[in-house]
Amino acid sequence: MTFFKVNNLKVYYPIRGGIFRRVVNHVKAVDNINFELKRGETYALVGESGCGKTTTGRTVVGLTKATSGEVIFNNLDLTKCNRKQIRETRREIQMVFQDPYSSLNPKKTVYDIVAEPLRNFENLSKSEEREQVEYFMWKVGMSRDSLFKYPHQFSGGQRQRVGIARALTLKPKIIIADEPVSALDASVQAQVLNFMQDIQEEFGLTYLFISHDLGIVRHMCNRIGIMYKGKFVEEGTREDIYENPQHIYTRRLIASIPELDTDQHQNSELLRKNIEEEYQKENDKYFNEDGSVMDLKPVSDTHFAALR
Amino acid sequence: MSNDDILLQVEDLTTSFRIDDQYYPANDHINLDVYENEIVAIVGESGCGKSAFGHSIMGMHSQEQTKISGKIHFKGADLLSYSNTQLNKVRGKEISMIFQDPLTALNPLMIVGKQIEEGMKYHTKLSKNKRKQKAIEILSEVKIPQPERVYSQYPHELSGGMRQRIVIAIAIACEPSLIIADEPTTALDVTIQARIIDLLKELKRRMKTSIILITHDLGVVSEMADRIAVMYTGEFVEIGETKNFLKNPLHPYSKSLLHSLPSKNNQGEKLHVIKGVVPSLNHLQRQGCRFKPRMSGTDDSIHEETPTLREVEKGHWVRCTCYKHFQIDNHNQVVEGEKDDVFQGQ
Repeated sequence: MTFFKVNNLKVYYPIRGGIFRRVVNHVKAVDNINFELKRGETYALVGESGCGKTTTGRTVVGLTKATSGEVIFNNLDLTKCNRKQIRETRREIQMVFQDPYSSLNPKKTVYDIVAEPLRNFENLSKSEEREQVEYFMWKVGMSRDSLFKYPHQFSGGQRQRVGIARALTLKPKIIIADEPVSALDASVQAQVLNFMQDIQEEFGLTYLFISHDLGIVRHMCNRIGIMYKGKFVEEGTREDIYENPQHIYTRRLIASIPELDTDQHQNSELLRKNIEEEYQKENDKYFNEDGSVMDLKPVSDTHFAALR
Repeated sequence: MSNDDILLQVEDLTTSFRIDDQYYPANDHINLDVYENEIVAIVGESGCGKSAFGHSIMGMHSQEQTKISGKIHFKGADLLSYSNTQLNKVRGKEISMIFQDPLTALNPLMIVGKQIEEGMKYHTKLSKNKRKQKAIEILSEVKIPQPERVYSQYPHELSGGMRQRIVIAIAIACEPSLIIADEPTTALDVTIQARIIDLLKELKRRMKTSIILITHDLGVVSEMADRIAVMYTGEFVEIGETKNFLKNPLHPYSKSLLHSLPSKNNQGEKLHVIKGVVPSLNHLQRQGCRFKPRMSGTDDSIHEETPTLREVEKGHWVRCTCYKHFQIDNHNQVVEGEKDDVFQGQ
């Protein structure tokens, strides 16, 4: 049985024009993508801004409506099920947002923020609720006296933990993490990443990790899908992508990770230049005439790339 | 490098901000020399005072809310003694700034060509046509395709990377001898970031400009900078040449920062976490080693009572003696005598 699968997902936004505001074209934010999550793994969606990775994440949780395609979870197509069924699956798929400064309601105490999903989905007595909230706050490493404080009284890292605690309360199976650390400083980022790995083991979570930072993705993720203009250009395991990248776009992304080893600088600058040249010259090898991405072809059992 | 090559000399600079009628120093007695034709990176986490430092040099702080003392020597004069009118003759001409967010740094109602010309209009006697010609030249210098066309476009018509190139074009328009780049690549995608880094390096090589690079991203620093100065709570804790620093970081804070980054070599290991948080300006303990509360803290004797920056090897400066007693192993854990669990973070 497949755990979680996305089939031919499309999200189009209409462009209207003319006197009657008729639909003249579409922005293809997500254009026919397929991927599968295996239980307990961390799958990364990587790409530059505007490539459709966040839209994919939002469609999976149901915050954005899919134009067509299937999102299959527990043998249920989330794009077609009724409200009651959607409500039930919302418990199982939770989201952690990018910006811990705007994703927490500033007028609510941390206690109310973390308790909200419980109040929505479970009938708990006051003391049971308190117990649950305290448990998850303890899990994310926040002290008991921080329960009745407001979000502005915390640092960025602490806020992101509150956001994660909120996502955990209903014991979900999948967490969609949309750039969970990109708003944080390096040392705080390390805290949150370590912690995400810890709870993954403990709660058997599956992550859909959306990020543009290839350094972090290498550290966190088992399998990676690289997106460009709403399509996948390459998909594979971490080793496939980092050791043996096939598509020029993937190679470009990897070459632009800043190198900490100063001895490598000349090499990496040269490599970047060469890849850039190849990208300009041999465009037709990797993209169709109209600039769109080709269909994925298998390179190995686990590795797919959009090549001719 | 000799003393003749010093372009900018910051001496004992203290910049204090007002919070509830009290002044708290965001930069505390800072000393830094910037040589000609070099890139110095100021590295630190948000709130450490690195941007405040850049703004002090540019004289951009509001005079009611800040107190500044010390000296900033630039080409034989002290910038802090300058009046606003005198400063205006330096700003944009001799020293210019590249801002983080290219969308807010540009005027949305003005075509980009005019924005590049603005500095020349104030600082040079070029005619209108000459200015336009020069602006187009600069546009091609920052690698903008079809510079004549882009000259008359508005910022919203350009992509993020192109906008950042325009911001850089404005900064180099009058061929300044010093550029302060405040997080120049933070708002950009990685591939564009890489190209902006290469562009800035090339400009520095060709125009012999010095750059003060303010950033939190050690990756960017290692690619660009000649020297690194690490700032923590308004003080420099370590200054050294980039190569030397990255191979052999000394101060506990620098070491911790480097080990908290995911890298090829520590795959599968837990990242290093620094205990506690950066204290806010008005709750900061100003006596002794400021990093002490974030180390295990069991042994006070390893810290100096009044720590100073000391040159431990040529060109490599460290604050406080505690660096001798701090090691992080390959598993990103603190070793030797210290209790590991204390360093696991909160």
